[in-house]
Amino acid sequence: MVELLQAPEQEEKVGREPIEKVSIVVSHGSLEGIYPGLIMANGARMEGIEADLFFTFFGLDAIRKDRQAKIKVATVGNPGMHLPTLVGAIPGMSWLATKMMSRQMEKLDIPPVGEFIELIHDSGGGIYACQATVEMFGLTEDDFVPELDGILTVGEFYERSAGAQIIFT
Amino acid sequence: MTTTEIAGTPVERDAEGFLVDPSQWTREVAEEIARENGIELTPAHWQVVQFMRNRYLETGSAPSIRSLGKESGVPIKELYQLFPKGPAKLAAKIGGIPKPRGCI
Repeated sequence: MVELLQAPEQEEKVGREPIEKVSIVVSHGSLEGIYPGLIMANGARMEGIEADLFFTFFGLDAIRKDRQAKIKVATVGNPGMHLPTLVGAIPGMSWLATKMMSRQMEKLDIPPVGEFIELIHDSGGGIYACQATVEMFGLTEDDFVPELDGILTVGEFYERSAGAQIIFT
Repeated sequence: MTTTEIAGTPVERDAEGFLVDPSQWTREVAEEIARENGIELTPAHWQVVQFMRNRYLETGSAPSIRSLGKESGVPIKELYQLFPKGPAKLAAKIGGIPKPRGCI
């Protein structure tokens, strides 16, 4: 067992196929729910890996014209914040946490959601909305930012994802 | 790390082919590394490569893809046409600077 754990890293890499394509599903509408998917999609394109983003349920907020600029950190129901629930519920707490996190991200050159979607789109990444959610929320194509490449059924999503690694966030 | 001769100059490169010492870089080295990666350098490629290299030499780190798109004079869409396998990574390799470590 010890020998196994100490097996040299290089040997393991031999013969492994590099990732060529990723399909990333974004299903949450909070700031911390949306950014990981965007960072992974952009990071894939930076490595020359094909990338598609598929937004579903509240993840759609990231590409909705009326909500994109209003995405907030969840300060309630988020144990990672280390805030008592009742404190997190005070009006303005979510706004404050979002403000602080956005400032920190800007320092690291991480763009706001709208600009990030545009960056990924211009990099050749696909931006797709989930048809079931679009219908459920009573939305149309006009409700989305111009970077939207299409509204897909789950079947079409799988078809587009042929040969890709699917990542659910 | 291995020392190889590129365009008549001995240069030290890491396992991924990035130059270890940016001062060993010459334009001929750049052209050769570009060719290894399937790229024939045009003036637009040079603009990006020079921007990457200068920014690294000035600040000690390579620019993010975001600032590369905003400040190099070459927009994101075109960056990916010039360097389909990753603009920041390839421009750094061709520009003789270390691989960019940022996530953005």
